[in-house]
Amino acid sequence: MSVNPSWFLILSALLFSIGAFGLLIRRNVLVMFMCVELMLNAANLSFVTFSRMLGDIGGQATVFFVLVVAAAEVVVGLGLVVAIFRRRHHAVVDDLSSMKG
Amino acid sequence: MNPITVPSISYFTMAPMLVLFVGSVLLMAAASLLRHRLPEVVSTATSVLLGLGALVVSILQWDHLIRHGSSSTVAGALVLDGFSVFVNITVSCAVILTALVAHDYLARLKFDSAEFHILALLSASGALIMGAANDLVVVFLGLEILSIALYVLVALNRKNEKSAEGALKYFVLGGFSSAVFVYGIALTYGATGSTNLAKMGTYLSANVVHRPGLLLAGIGLLAVGFCFKIAAVPFHMWTPDVYEGAPTPVTGFMAAVAKVGGFVAFLRVFETAFSTQQSTWAPLLYTVALLTTFIGATSAIAQHNVKRMLAYSSINHAGFILLGVVVLTKAGFAGSLYYLFTYSVMAIGTFALLGVLGGARDEDHDLTSYRGLAKRRPGVALSLALLLLAQAGMPFTTGFLAKFGVIEATVAHGEIPLALLAMVSATISAVAYLRVGIVMYATHDVPTPVSDGSSFKDRAEGSLLLEVEPVATTHEVPVAPTTGLAIGICLAVTFYFGIAPGALLDFARQAAQLLR
Repeated sequence: MSVNPSWFLILSALLFSIGAFGLLIRRNVLVMFMCVELMLNAANLSFVTFSRMLGDIGGQATVFFVLVVAAAEVVVGLGLVVAIFRRRHHAVVDDLSSMKG
Repeated sequence: MNPITVPSISYFTMAPMLVLFVGSVLLMAAASLLRHRLPEVVSTATSVLLGLGALVVSILQWDHLIRHGSSSTVAGALVLDGFSVFVNITVSCAVILTALVAHDYLARLKFDSAEFHILALLSASGALIMGAANDLVVVFLGLEILSIALYVLVALNRKNEKSAEGALKYFVLGGFSSAVFVYGIALTYGATGSTNLAKMGTYLSANVVHRPGLLLAGIGLLAVGFCFKIAAVPFHMWTPDVYEGAPTPVTGFMAAVAKVGGFVAFLRVFETAFSTQQSTWAPLLYTVALLTTFIGATSAIAQHNVKRMLAYSSINHAGFILLGVVVLTKAGFAGSLYYLFTYSVMAIGTFALLGVLGGARDEDHDLTSYRGLAKRRPGVALSLALLLLAQAGMPFTTGFLAKFGVIEATVAHGEIPLALLAMVSATISAVAYLRVGIVMYATHDVPTPVSDGSSFKDRAEGSLLLEVEPVATTHEVPVAPTTGLAIGICLAVTFYFGIAPGALLDFARQAAQLLR
């Protein structure tokens, strides 16, 4: 049984939108990180789908780069959260408002 | 099975980024293997030498480029052309200047200085990769190497709560913009069948795209990703907070290097791959450029914190540089490149002065603390006033020629309303710069003694006596020789090339012509 590849593209667009809306709506920093991951993985799904559709291996190779970058990004992000957590004991973005204007 | 073909690699093309990257890794190894903290002098000297090394290699590259023309390597993923060499030279200069500025600052705030230099060098190598990248995936990798190191640099001041807050804001929005960028790459890859910019350009000029929606969505998402990085309205919200929270030398570095990398990649992607689609994306970028210049200028006026004011002014500058992307002509590229170089130098110099004026803990950036600065510290006040006037576009400075270049290119392309409105925004932003000048020169830090019927002469003498011991001396930080040297270089470049612009203008024009 073969599935029409456009379904995968629709799924990836949905995942990307869920990630983007989640990032804008949710206030917990960790959940926001997860939303970024969701967006990146939605892009990965598109890459693999297009790679199959075009018969080109380049798209699948790109996924590895994106995965590595995502991992590196989270390492730094969690470091920042820990740095803030040490001072405040929770990580909600609404409290991070000492700068305005 | 076909054997795997290994693409030819020109190490000469990659030399500047390798110098910075390998140097930073070695510095990291040395700093972590030593039992004691690496002396500040050693890490600063390493950073300056690596910057000089990269600069020398870049000048050799320029020479090679003039003689043999542009070339591409690693299966077309990296190029050696006018843009890439321009980025190499600009970023190398920025690395040297930042290392000099940071030397005293890091010692004063008791930071681990090796940490700063390692991250700055890594970040700079990311900007160089962006400048030379001819493949969207490589652009993305350069962008991330640049950004991830910058997130940490912004958070470097652990004693200041704003530093971590700024870093987290930068990180969340930066992560969001990278994800948008990657999705943009995926969609354009699906529409054109390649991530290589040259192949995409050839495909789009030879074929009618049968999925135009996919392509347009992809181009839009890529533009959004770039606009985040260069702080264009409406994706500029992070800029003031991050600029304010970051340690001041980092702010200068970020204003210079992140803008150079982001803009040159932006120019290259839209010129090489999407120039055939200009009619669809130009109106959008037109609006973005207009909004960026105006919101940057008007918000700058409303600020009381000088660092935030300069953050908004950098948004205004980004709008001007964006004009070169909107018109997409050789003259526009030359204008944008020239603007990027001169703005980098001015920004590093200005933020170096702010780092000195910020006091022992780098926290006094309120405009009121600048009152009467011209009397207390005439040299610092004069340098700051000159650099701010140059940013405002005063004639006989590079700031004027930079604005002139992009405006001229915009007019030549027929976008006269855009050029006029951009100039209006420049006038508005000049108010913000002049306000700092007025506060420094026309106000007194010590309130005049109460008039108890004494004569004007007495009061004048009283105020003179008071100025022998100004109130603010306790926080005042002297200008260290290295910082002074960096500020001197920035001033010299800004005025020398403002009065005798030939060499730098030719450099930018040739770099724009030699685009691959």
